[in-house]
Amino acid sequence: MAAEHTIDALGQFELHPVLGAVGRSVGFSQSSMMMVIAAVLTIALLVVGMSAKAVVPGRLQAMAEMLYDFVYKMCIEQIGEEGKKFFPFVFTLFTFILLGNLMGLLPFSFTYTSHIAVTFGLAAMVIVLVTVVALAIHGLHFFSYFFPKGAPIALSPLIVTVEIISYLSRPVSLSIRLFANMVAGHVMFEVFASFIVMMAGAGLVGYLGGVGPLALNVILMGFELLVACLQAYVFAVLTCIYLHDAVHLH
Amino acid sequence: MRPLVALSGLGSVLLASSAFAEEAKKGMPQLDFHNPLTVSQVVWLAIIFLALYLMLSKWALPQVDSVLKARAGAIAADLDAARGAKEAADSAITELTSATQAAQTTARMEIASAIDAAKAAADAQLATDNARLEAQLAAAETRIAAARASALGALREVATEATGVVVSRLTGGAADPKAVDTAVGSLLAARGLA
Repeated sequence: MAAEHTIDALGQFELHPVLGAVGRSVGFSQSSMMMVIAAVLTIALLVVGMSAKAVVPGRLQAMAEMLYDFVYKMCIEQIGEEGKKFFPFVFTLFTFILLGNLMGLLPFSFTYTSHIAVTFGLAAMVIVLVTVVALAIHGLHFFSYFFPKGAPIALSPLIVTVEIISYLSRPVSLSIRLFANMVAGHVMFEVFASFIVMMAGAGLVGYLGGVGPLALNVILMGFELLVACLQAYVFAVLTCIYLHDAVHLH
Repeated sequence: MRPLVALSGLGSVLLASSAFAEEAKKGMPQLDFHNPLTVSQVVWLAIIFLALYLMLSKWALPQVDSVLKARAGAIAADLDAARGAKEAADSAITELTSATQAAQTTARMEIASAIDAAKAAADAQLATDNARLEAQLAAAETRIAAARASALGALREVATEATGVVVSRLTGGAADPKAVDTAVGSLLAARGLA
């Protein structure tokens, strides 16, 4: 095999059109397909899970309720009472990222959160929402956010510049954090998996040696499950913190 | 961020090797913005995210909310009912305690009055019995005294007769009744029996 000595760690992130000619004409890639599956699964979990409307919930209903409760509490704790208004948005964001991360760990699937275009799109949505909410609630008073009360006037050019840069860097850090975590995990899977194949080429000793990277990949899978949940939580909780700033201005 | 750190260490070693030669040429597919699929992702993201948001906020999430609210309402109603039942039980216990106390007091008073009445009746009975016995005793004593008197009266006659008989036997002639009577009377008087 010619590919025996190369590791194609980034090939897994390539986009291919799906659904034939129609998909090609509207630029519908496997990434968008996974987004649709994530959306369908989210709706299915809530609608099928809650269909029993049981006072004592079954397993699926308990899962749906726990997910609901988890995000709802996060909104109320981080944003305050106003968090109820933003709960559907934060819930959508959290489940969309969580399912994207988790489904990406399945073999032959695709992680749409490993694309900077997607994560930046999500982060842009968040920052636009936060800015619109802040302007709607506080009007032009919102711009006082960039100059903290009690700071010396002489330092205002410096402070305002730094505050504006930090505000604008929010979507960048938000999107790159998620993107980099997903890419790093999947590249490591690919690299270790390639090591197993390379080792297998070296005969019996190689088969034994291949156990090492295999074990590493098993451990990595556990770690990546944690990262998948953690990064979805981090994205959602930072969104809540930004919304809190927008609603309360510090 | 740890996988990133690990990756950068690993990457710096691996990227230098020839295994990644092709990789370095092509670059990351995520940063290939000439590929229309990369950009179209954002449009599809907007469409799918909006659709998901609308379905969740208008349809799916209110269902969860209604179930959770119904459960919270049921639990609150049950707690209220339990609290009401506890209050009723508490008041019933208070009522029972006071009723028991009242009954005990009444019973104690009734027992005391019954004992008093019984004592009074017993005392009255005793008094009448005593009076009756006293009267009987007095009557008996009177009868004894009368019997004794009559017996003593008869004694003089018998003694006179016996004396007359003894005198006539001893003397052979009849005794003087007057002298006998006097002698008997003096002797009886001397003994205290007259």
